[in-house]
Amino acid sequence: MTSALARTGVIRPDPKDPSPLRIDEALVRKMLVLFIRDEIAKARLARAVVGVSGGVDSAVTVALATLALGAENVLGLFTPYRSSSAESRDHARELSRQFGFALEEVPITKQVDAYFTGLNKKVDRVRIGNKMARERKSIEYDRSWPDGIVLGTSNKTELLLGYGTQFGDMACGINPVGDLYKTQLRELALSIGIPEAIVRKPPTAELWEGQTDEGELGFTYADADLVLYHMVDRRLRPAELIEHGFDAQLVTRIREMVRRNHYKRVMPLIAKLSLRTVGHDFLYPRDWEAD
Amino acid sequence: MSIRIAIAQCAPALGAVKRNLEMHEKWIARARAAGARLVIFPELSVTGYYLKDLAADVACAADDPQLARIAEASRDIDISAGFVERSADAKLHIAQGHWSGGKLVHVHRKVYLPTYGIFDDGRYFGPGDRFETYRWAGGTTGVAICEDLWHVSTPYLYASAGATIVLAPSASPGRGIAEGGDLGTAESCRLMDRFYASYLTVYVVYVNRVGHEDGIAFWGGSEIVAPDGTVAARAPEFDEELLIGEIDPELVARERARNPLLRDEREDIVLRNIAGRLGLPFDRRD
Repeated sequence: MTSALARTGVIRPDPKDPSPLRIDEALVRKMLVLFIRDEIAKARLARAVVGVSGGVDSAVTVALATLALGAENVLGLFTPYRSSSAESRDHARELSRQFGFALEEVPITKQVDAYFTGLNKKVDRVRIGNKMARERKSIEYDRSWPDGIVLGTSNKTELLLGYGTQFGDMACGINPVGDLYKTQLRELALSIGIPEAIVRKPPTAELWEGQTDEGELGFTYADADLVLYHMVDRRLRPAELIEHGFDAQLVTRIREMVRRNHYKRVMPLIAKLSLRTVGHDFLYPRDWEAD
Repeated sequence: MSIRIAIAQCAPALGAVKRNLEMHEKWIARARAAGARLVIFPELSVTGYYLKDLAADVACAADDPQLARIAEASRDIDISAGFVERSADAKLHIAQGHWSGGKLVHVHRKVYLPTYGIFDDGRYFGPGDRFETYRWAGGTTGVAICEDLWHVSTPYLYASAGATIVLAPSASPGRGIAEGGDLGTAESCRLMDRFYASYLTVYVVYVNRVGHEDGIAFWGGSEIVAPDGTVAARAPEFDEELLIGEIDPELVARERARNPLLRDEREDIVLRNIAGRLGLPFDRRD
């Protein structure tokens, strides 16, 4: 919440001081509700579709959407695979009851399994995970027709690390939570009344049994967020962060993930040939409005 | 005698000029009904801000017939509004016009075009090359379009040229969400407004827009800060508002009597210092 005290002191990069990540939740909530409302109106659409996994990112997204558009204009889609837990379903349902939006369950096990069975050979679990993410997104897009927009749920940490599936969970029409680190998103979640059980449970994509984000990444969101905040938001170089006591291996690893996965954050490259080319020098705003 | 002014804290549509002109007429009517002598619109209010290549599509000469609707509406209320000006030599400028008595009486072209971070003005527009004051019923006035105001020299030059009012039409994107303060941009702008108003003993009329363009939120928070540093009127953040406030020329006089910083200002030292450093000729008067 906004404090009566003005900010004092210099923000120092300190691996033991997570306070620079603290946000003014009331301000952020207001900005994001207006963002969803305004950008959907500009696109001349009326509804939002959100893939509700039972996790905190989609919980915040769907809650903000109901605040912005009214629950009657929000569709939540719970799209379980056979590895999805009963707890995830319970959490998705709990959110639907609490915020009043319609929740539909569309299982994806059959189509995903049918595809890979047809291939007739063993495939890496990462491929199955990617397929699931893209299957879910194709359902969200289908359900958004004709007057809805798919809301993105990728947070800033995932976007910067590239920890997501391109054209899968990363795909969306607009993303209200993409400029909030995971730590900040949790803080916002609690302030808008997302149940503690959802906010505190270990984040997982549930692409295979026992998978957790932090287990797969090999570091915690709390640690990564602080490194990313000073590296990205405050523009400190990796060497400076290490000088200030951040773990050298962690800093180097994160920096390399940011670099390696940058392609996921930008539009596909188009070969420049003509005098004017989409994306290169044909540059119109997306919110290009009609008279 | 105080002069009543109105700030149109509105949300122009991006690239939709006809729609925006209709929107202007509505706000002008409301300002007129509220008894205002001047209504000020934000930066690029006729066109929207993040135009990119649309800038060339919506540009027009300052005397273009499409702006005649604003001129027409200015017969009984002064209007300050923003548009993309195509100059006689076909350069594009971010411009703010002042219409009065049915005619365009002043145009300021944005001098400082931010081209860093979330801004790309310098890619699409050419810079203005002067800061000129003009007079209207409210007094001698200078216009600082958004980034112009962030340069200390802008309000300084206006104040030293006799301005008692600095109009600052803006399209300021809101950012900075850290706990323990206001929106980061709001803190910076309010500090500027209050500092300039107090130390140059002028009215600072900060006119910001609201709404979104390509995911960026304009934060509003328009305000009139008096030369004694008090906030005479302030609009809410993020919501549309027709903000009404008063400009009191007597307060300027009283503040300058109490606090004669401008009277004592040594422009000659400023000029000698800068001229010397740049190797420009400077004739001493003493």
